[in-house]
Amino acid sequence: MDRVNFLLAISMGLFAIGLLGLIVRRNLLVMLMCMELMLNGVNLSLVTFARHSATLDGAVMVFLSFIVAAAEIAIAIPIVLLLVRQRRTLDAGAYDRLKG
Amino acid sequence: MIEDVVLVLFGISALVGAVMMLLMRHPMGVAMALISTMVSLGGVYGLLGVHVIAVFQIMIYVGAVMVFMVYAIMLLDVRDVSFSERYSRLLWPGLAAIVVLLGVLFDASRFGRVDPGQVTGNLFGVQPFSAAFLDAYWLYFELSSVLLVVAVLAAVAIVKLRRRRDG
Repeated sequence: MDRVNFLLAISMGLFAIGLLGLIVRRNLLVMLMCMELMLNGVNLSLVTFARHSATLDGAVMVFLSFIVAAAEIAIAIPIVLLLVRQRRTLDAGAYDRLKG
Repeated sequence: MIEDVVLVLFGISALVGAVMMLLMRHPMGVAMALISTMVSLGGVYGLLGVHVIAVFQIMIYVGAVMVFMVYAIMLLDVRDVSFSERYSRLLWPGLAAIVVLLGVLFDASRFGRVDPGQVTGNLFGVQPFSAAFLDAYWLYFELSSVLLVVAVLAAVAIVKLRRRRDG
């Protein structure tokens, strides 16, 4: 297995574990962190491809996705704080009224 | 040779950190596992020679995003059912779906190959990076700063909303 395939397999693994955590865990903050893990997996594949093809575009894309992740967390945590103030729980199942 | 060994070690420790995220009970443990994954990925980027991204990985992800997350965990130290019961009802369907997803991804990864290009000089240094940002990607750079300003405004608006509801 060469280097690119190894890194892509790691990236797939990180994305899949992040998605699994988002599906199966109950804690809101843990779900947010699993989303960050998925972003990290995608970033790894972008860097691998950028390095492999010797172009800078993928690395620039990773930098932009860092910024999106920072903005995402800056909005998501106040929303979680608001939700917890309403129900006093971090359990995602307690917010099933959001299903409509 | 030694570089490959260290790369494999960093990659595996990233995966181990990710698996620990699934198993940990307390969100603080999950945050620590995620930080170890992110630091390992920073090591991988450094070994690949993409030093700018490695530095930003540590500075932005570990230094800003995760510190913010740890503060939120400390602030929201409410003991509830999600601490003792880690998994929702979707545990087994989710596991099955992920196994299928991984199968499809690994199957797809057998097809298609990227031609390895020639890495010329210091392509991933700070200088080519900043030149690319000011030259080809200046619009996206400006748009991302607008996005950050909007995020700050939205966070302030959410805090204001909460104050008004309380008062």
